[in-house]
Amino acid sequence: MSDITSEMTSPLNIPEPEETLKHPMEQYLRTERLPHIWCASCGIGTVLTAYITALQKSKLDPKKVAVVSGIGCSGRAAGYLRLDSFHSTHGRAIPFATGLAVGNPELKVTVISGDGDLIAIGGNHIIHAARRNINMTIICINNFNYAMTGGQAGPTTPESANASTAPYGAYEYPFNLPFLAESSGAIFVARWTALHIRRMAKSMTKALLKPGFSFIEVIAPCSTLYARRNRLGSGLDLMKYYHDSAIIKHGIDTREVDIDFQDRIVVGEFVNKDKTHFLEKRDQFLSKKLGDKYVPYKGPNSTTSTMKEEE
Amino acid sequence: MKADSIGVATGAHYLDGDHACSEGSIAAGCRFLAGYPITPSTEVAERIAVRFPKVGGMFIQMEDELASMAAIIGATWSGVKAMTVTSGPGFSLMMENLGLAAMLETPCVIVNVQRGGPSTGLPTLTGQGDMMQARWGSHGDYEIIAISPNSPQECFDLSIIAFNLAEKWRVPVLFMMDECVGHMTEKVIIPPAEEIEITPRNYYKGENGSYMPFKFNQADLAPMIKAGDGHFLHITGLTHDERGYPIINAAAQEKNVTHLVNKIRNNVEEIQIIEEEQIEGAEVVVISYGITSRVALKAVDYAREKGIKVGTLRLVTVWPFPEKRIRELAKDVKALVVPEINLGQVVLEVERCAGGACKTILVPHAGGWVHDPKDILTAIEEGAS
Repeated sequence: MSDITSEMTSPLNIPEPEETLKHPMEQYLRTERLPHIWCASCGIGTVLTAYITALQKSKLDPKKVAVVSGIGCSGRAAGYLRLDSFHSTHGRAIPFATGLAVGNPELKVTVISGDGDLIAIGGNHIIHAARRNINMTIICINNFNYAMTGGQAGPTTPESANASTAPYGAYEYPFNLPFLAESSGAIFVARWTALHIRRMAKSMTKALLKPGFSFIEVIAPCSTLYARRNRLGSGLDLMKYYHDSAIIKHGIDTREVDIDFQDRIVVGEFVNKDKTHFLEKRDQFLSKKLGDKYVPYKGPNSTTSTMKEEE
Repeated sequence: MKADSIGVATGAHYLDGDHACSEGSIAAGCRFLAGYPITPSTEVAERIAVRFPKVGGMFIQMEDELASMAAIIGATWSGVKAMTVTSGPGFSLMMENLGLAAMLETPCVIVNVQRGGPSTGLPTLTGQGDMMQARWGSHGDYEIIAISPNSPQECFDLSIIAFNLAEKWRVPVLFMMDECVGHMTEKVIIPPAEEIEITPRNYYKGENGSYMPFKFNQADLAPMIKAGDGHFLHITGLTHDERGYPIINAAAQEKNVTHLVNKIRNNVEEIQIIEEEQIEGAEVVVISYGITSRVALKAVDYAREKGIKVGTLRLVTVWPFPEKRIRELAKDVKALVVPEINLGQVVLEVERCAGGACKTILVPHAGGWVHDPKDILTAIEEGAS
């Protein structure tokens, strides 16, 4: 048996290469955790690639970047990134991230999670984090259904689309996420599909470098559940659909970007404005109100004794 | 390590329990509070909202208690000592993320100023009905520490102990006040900073790349890091290994969960704080906690006037339960009398530990007010007979 194995490993006696080629993104990935759990043709991997590209382009120090995910397929994103990464509870990625971002103002925090996690169970948190203009970037991967649990309908499922808990088609009105984010106070709002890799990465770079609450929705294929139930074809067919149906309209009024079942998808950068973020505003406001009595919050360095290592 | 003097309001004060808890937490080094208003706990957050901007702290009022609990876990991993404050309904909402804090072995303090329940119950009146929820409220197996102060002075002193225990055992500590203690005003002495002992966070001092956030089956707990230190930490609420990586099988569950439970269960005697008085030769011992421990003293006085030999045992820490001590006591007395402002919670543990060696008598109270000492006296007399 062992002879056969050794024969099979180098049948032509080709010497092992001295150095194996490294993937250009390896530095940012927990390669020891690969392969990942996502299905073939899932859009989440594409989003991660775009995110890592954006991190590289942004020149942010990866040590100071933290990623938080909730629960679901997209909720696993944090687990594959070689950054400080946190896999929290269902719907609570944003408040967990608020604790990190407000707790240590030096951190740049990104939340990568799904539409069900961020918009249904976590809906209350996204509107309030946007209202406060917390310095964080939200990447919402929208696959129109709850995939991890088997393809149930959610708050983004287009009307008439079939889902396991909408077996005769969905009849609720879905959320228009860019409009929701903008009206809640987001200062940067974009939407792309999983096909728009370079544009998506560009928007992510802008969002990472922009202080305040930024929101990027990525329409992503779920060929195992959503597409199969709705007979939308293969992963390639979905890419063709994105190619044919996506219309780039930068700066369009977000009220106009609803998504109907298999209809056109308006993509682009819709909102990009400047507004003082939570920590800065608090600092400015309190120093004006309290004058000399105000002691600025400095994260882990806020108190001289309690957080230091024992000498 | 001694407390940072900036947060210590040294002197004699006249404070209610809620305000004393705020001062104790600040003295303990807490610099982050995420909370949501709820009677009768709001005063804790209100005082912190006034004090934090003057001591370099961060108060953030969240959109609900789910968010508050999640935020303090994030804040703790960002490198600060963090707390939240609530009462019954909010405590219920915190339960899922309390489980996350236990799973991620995240030191933090959750103050629950108990009121009458269930549901909206008695928002402005007292209760002790959340004691079993404190122990078992989140799903799955885990252990926490719960402390029950009985005076404003203790709300100060024990808040510091709560933060220290949280750091030492890497565990959420539940500070189980009640509306009476929260709203009663008494003299509170705040000592100088150099007399306040603080447990600093145990930070990892090794090299980047070799940090492990957990240690299972070992005597010492893994040190912590803070996000941004360059260790590229990963932690998950999923069952995980010592690297923090998810592993979904029975063997990993056994290691992970047994550790969460045993790090407390195997150290009960080191953690527990109990106060005993006149136990020697007692026929009856009254076991109580929180405000009820003060009401019980009156009943004990009446009983002693009647010549009954009665001792008291106060649970300052209610969880972990001082199982060994109760087992010993049960052998020496005729009865253990347990007054509590609920219809029978901690008494179940007393009864279990007594194991039939003596009588266990509950003195129930549905909530809204404290016991009439005479009801406790009746139980003591029954126990002595």
